[in-house]
Amino acid sequence: MTALRDEVRASYAFAERNFYLTRRTWAWEVSFLVYSVASALSITLIGVDQQSTKLVLSLMVGAIFWNYLSVVFGWIAETIAVERWEGTLEYTMMAPIRRSSRLIGQVAYAMVYGLIHTGLIFLVLLVFFRDLDLSRANPGTAFAFMALGSFSFVGVGIMAAILPLLYVERGAQMTFVVQSALLLVSGVYYPIEVLPGWMQVLAHLSPATYVLDGVRKGIIDGASVTDLWYDVWPLIVLGAFLIPFSLRSFGRAEAYAKRTGKLKRVG
Amino acid sequence: MSIPPITVRSSPVPVAPGADGVAAALLVEHVSKAFRIGRGKPPVAAVSDVSMRLERGVIHGVLGANGSGKSTLIRLIAGLLTVDAGRVEIFGHDVVRDELKVKRLINRVSVDAAFFRKLSPMENLTFAARVYGLDVPTARKSIYAILERLNVGTDRVDRPVEQMSRGMQQKVAIARALLTSPVLLLLDEPTTGLDPRSKIDVQEFIEEIRATHDTTIVLTTHDLAEAERLCDDITVIDGGRVVITDTPAGLTSSASERLGRPATLWDVFMAYTGRSLDDDVVEGEGEGDR
Ligand SMILES: Nc1ncnc2c1ncn2[C@@H]1O[C@H](COP(=O)(O)OP(=O)(O)OP(=O)(O)O)[C@@H](O)[C@H]1O
Ligand SMILES: [Mg+2]
Repeated sequence: MTALRDEVRASYAFAERNFYLTRRTWAWEVSFLVYSVASALSITLIGVDQQSTKLVLSLMVGAIFWNYLSVVFGWIAETIAVERWEGTLEYTMMAPIRRSSRLIGQVAYAMVYGLIHTGLIFLVLLVFFRDLDLSRANPGTAFAFMALGSFSFVGVGIMAAILPLLYVERGAQMTFVVQSALLLVSGVYYPIEVLPGWMQVLAHLSPATYVLDGVRKGIIDGASVTDLWYDVWPLIVLGAFLIPFSLRSFGRAEAYAKRTGKLKRVG
Repeated sequence: MSIPPITVRSSPVPVAPGADGVAAALLVEHVSKAFRIGRGKPPVAAVSDVSMRLERGVIHGVLGANGSGKSTLIRLIAGLLTVDAGRVEIFGHDVVRDELKVKRLINRVSVDAAFFRKLSPMENLTFAARVYGLDVPTARKSIYAILERLNVGTDRVDRPVEQMSRGMQQKVAIARALLTSPVLLLLDEPTTGLDPRSKIDVQEFIEEIRATHDTTIVLTTHDLAEAERLCDDITVIDGGRVVITDTPAGLTSSASERLGRPATLWDVFMAYTGRSLDDDVVEGEGEGDR
C-alpha cells in the first residue's frame, strides 16, 4: 500500500514539474493552440468542399485525434529531451523511485494536457461548423475509445521516449518518425482499405486504427461500445502488451546508457 | 542564521555488515570502467582496478589531473554508470542489487549545476523533495534555510534559474543534494567556478555538515588548499588508477622525504600525476583521451 502511495506521489512530482514548465511558457502554449486549430480547420474544410457531412465529421475526428497524439508524443519526447539536454536526467535517475513512476507521471501529464488542448480545438470546430448535424453522435463511445486507447498510447509514448534518452541532439525530432508511421497506417484521414496490403497488416497492429474507427462509428453512426467489440478487444490486448513491454524496453535502454556512458552531458 | 534543519532520518541507516562485521560507508572493490569511443579505436580505460574503503563520517578527497577518472568514479558510485568489473557497496548494500535502498542514502553534486533552467530554484527543489518522498512544506523551509546559509538571497528563490550566475546555481545544486539528507554525499568539484568568498561559504558548510550530521563525503577538487582543509584522507588517481591514499599530512611528509625539503600538496600532486617526475607510477595503459 505504501509502495503504491510512493508511486503515486513520485508520479505526481513529474506531473507538477511539467505543469510548472507549461506555466512558464504559456505564451507559446497559446500560439501552439492557434496553430493546431488552424490545421484542424483546414483539413476539415476539405469535407465542406466535397459537400459531405460524413466526410466533414470523419476528417474532424481524424484531425482532432491526430492533434491529441502529436501533443502527447511531443510532450513525452520533449520533457525527456530537455532533461537530457539540461543534464538533470542524471539527478532524476538517482532519485529513489521506480522507473514506472518516473515515466507514468510524465505520460499522465502529457495526456491531461493533450485532452485539454484537444478539447479546446474541438470546441472551436463545433462553433465553426455549428450547422453540423450531431444529433446521432454518441459521445460516450468516443470517450470510451479515447480512454481505452490511452493505455496503448502510454506504451507507444514510452517507447518513443527512448530516442531522446539515447540521442541528445536530435532524439526528440526522431520521435516524428514514430508519429508519421502512425499517421500513415492508422487511417487518420482515409479508410485503411485504401492502403496496400502490407500496410493494412501494420494498420491492424496500430492502436490508433481501432480508436479512430471506434470514435468515428460513435460520432457518425451513433454506435455504442457494445456494438464495437471488434475494436475494443484489440485495444485491450495491445494495451496489456505495450505498457509492460515499453517499460522493459526503456529499462534496457537505460541499462545500455549506463554501460556506455550515454547519460553524461558535461563534467 | 541558524543551522539549516536538515533532519537526520529518524530511522537509523540500515546496515548490512560486511565480512568483518562492520559495513563501510563506502566500499569500492577492484572497480574498472572503460568507454568505447568508436569502431576500431581501443576503449578508453577511465577507471582501472580502483579500490577504496571509507568509514562513516569521513571526508575523503580524490585528486587527479583532468581526465584521470574522478568523475567516472563518482558516477560509478552513484549508479549512473555500471561497472565493467568489481563492485561498489554503500553501507553494505550493493549499488546494483539494492538499487532503491542505496539511492535513498546518497546524493551528488556535480561540477555543472543541472536544472530546469526555465524553472525557479524553488520549483526545481520542490521537485527534488517530492521524488525523494520528503514532506514538501518542511522541505520548503529547509530550502530557504540552506540557501540563506549559503548566502543566496531569498529574493532569488522564485525567479528562473537561468537568471542566476553560475556560482549561485552551484549553491542551489548543493542545496538540492543536502535537502535529501544523504548519508553518503558525492561532491564532484563543488566549488569549481565559485568566487573566493562563495568557496569559503561552501567549504564552511561542508565542515558544518560533517560536524552536525553523520554524513560521509567523497570530494573531488582541483583546489589543493580546499583538499587540505577539508579532507581526512586523500586518494590520488592518475590514468584511472589509484596512485596513493593517505592523510594530507602523510602525503606531504612522504613527499618531503622524497624531495629532501618541506613539501606541500602541490608537490604531492605534481609528483604523483606527472608521469615523468616519478617512475614508480608510470603505467602505459589507462591514459585519458583528452
Ligand atoms: N561518457 C563517456 N563516454 C566516453 N568517454 C568518457 C565518458 N566519460 C568519461 N570518459 C573518458 O574517461 C576519462 C576520465 O574522464 P573523467 O570525466 O572521469 O575525468 P575527471 O578526472 O573527472 O576529469 P576532470 O578533472 O576534467 O573533471 C576521460 O578520458 C574521458 O574522456
Ligand atoms: Mg570530472
